[in-house]
Amino acid sequence: MSPVHVKAVVIGGSAGSVEALTTLLSVLPEQYGIPVIAVVHLPPDSKSLLADILQPHCKLIVQEIEDKTPLLPGHVYLAPPDYHVLPESHNVLSLSAEEEVLFSRPSIDVLFETAADSFDGKVVGVVMTGANEDGARGLKKIIDAGGLGLIQDPATAYAPMMPRAAEAACPTAKLMTLSQIGEFLTHEVSSCR
Amino acid sequence: MTNTSEDMEISLLLEAIHRNYHYDFRGYAMASVRRRLKLARDRFGFRSYSQLQDHVLHDAAGLNAVLSFLTVQVSEMFRDPAYFRAVREKVIPHLRTYPSLKVWIAGCSSGEELYSFVIMFREEGLEDKTLFYATDISADALKKAELGVYDLSRIAQFSENYQKAGGKTSLSDYYTAGYGAVTFDKSLRRRVVFSDHSLATDAVFAEMQMISCRNVLIYFERDLQNRAIGLFSESLNRKGFLGLGAKESLRFTKHSDDFADFSKDERIYQKTGGA
Repeated sequence: MSPVHVKAVVIGGSAGSVEALTTLLSVLPEQYGIPVIAVVHLPPDSKSLLADILQPHCKLIVQEIEDKTPLLPGHVYLAPPDYHVLPESHNVLSLSAEEEVLFSRPSIDVLFETAADSFDGKVVGVVMTGANEDGARGLKKIIDAGGLGLIQDPATAYAPMMPRAAEAACPTAKLMTLSQIGEFLTHEVSSCR
Repeated sequence: MTNTSEDMEISLLLEAIHRNYHYDFRGYAMASVRRRLKLARDRFGFRSYSQLQDHVLHDAAGLNAVLSFLTVQVSEMFRDPAYFRAVREKVIPHLRTYPSLKVWIAGCSSGEELYSFVIMFREEGLEDKTLFYATDISADALKKAELGVYDLSRIAQFSENYQKAGGKTSLSDYYTAGYGAVTFDKSLRRRVVFSDHSLATDAVFAEMQMISCRNVLIYFERDLQNRAIGLFSESLNRKGFLGLGAKESLRFTKHSDDFADFSKDERIYQKTGGA
């Protein structure tokens, strides 16, 4: 199978996803050529320590997003609490404080749908563990736009509702364990920047 | 339809809105504009942005509806309490030294941040010598700001923020409740000038000692951000203060040299050069 060429990897998760993200990111190599953008649902008033928690387990540079942060390979960009993340087609990340979507801000759907638009479908979406249905619509949009959808196998997820919803919305998406997703992103996906 | 032709239709729509109505969204961050216009298009049941453009150009009500999609009006009182605490504890001691003050709430939306400022200035004894300018491009938002009426369901959050921000009494001292809503006391508007003002097209209108513009610049692309910050720099007197949103900064902007960090974590800057 020839590698899929994309401009970014977008990842979303909710309940149990800090651990899940740690597992997944620990697989990616230091010279990983594709920018990774992740939304993890956290309480809105939390001063986000997620980057500090993840960094020791990840060979890439992990940072929280500020408005208009440039997208670079070798980096993992985390959504700040209480803001949506919207990638722009010229490879910067905008933030938005507009309404919650499915009671969530940041919203996985907003990240995925915007990434599908801005990168013209050249994107991989990953839905991980979670106890709501955020991400399903966005993943479908990515696949409809020509991108690739990966879902954490619900049987292996801390909270299976989110991956199940994504699976129902996207029957063609691949189900994998977190380390398989990490391996897939490493070997089967490459940058088209 | 491909994104390119869709983006072309969007830019034609924005051009049309600008040419006809002088609202300039052309420098706004595209990802959000695209998303908001898609919501508007789907709400009206149009298949394309060209249809939406036709509606906007031939119907003022259509324009207003689209504007309400394009102007994001989500805010809360004392949002990010640490910011307001820093204004109260670090900025206000400097502001006290002025005989009179002008404070600009740029992009005031429906007024939540404005009332937060007025309440804080009243509690610190500065209200009577301060003139507050509350500006926005949205007439609807300004109307809401002037009314000062908010849904009762939001008050618990506002009150919690107020306490965390160092509020000196109880937020309920400033409003009356009834019929599922609260109305903020009209005396809070005594020192406020509400005005239609666009950071994209209008100029500076007064010399300020403090400007608070939070979660407005995130909707702008870099050039428009530079324009807005240029206005702020021009408007502030030397040592005047600029407060931005928690995830906004002057880094990478053209005017970053005009300012120094004053309270870094809270994104409060102080103007260094100039008049």
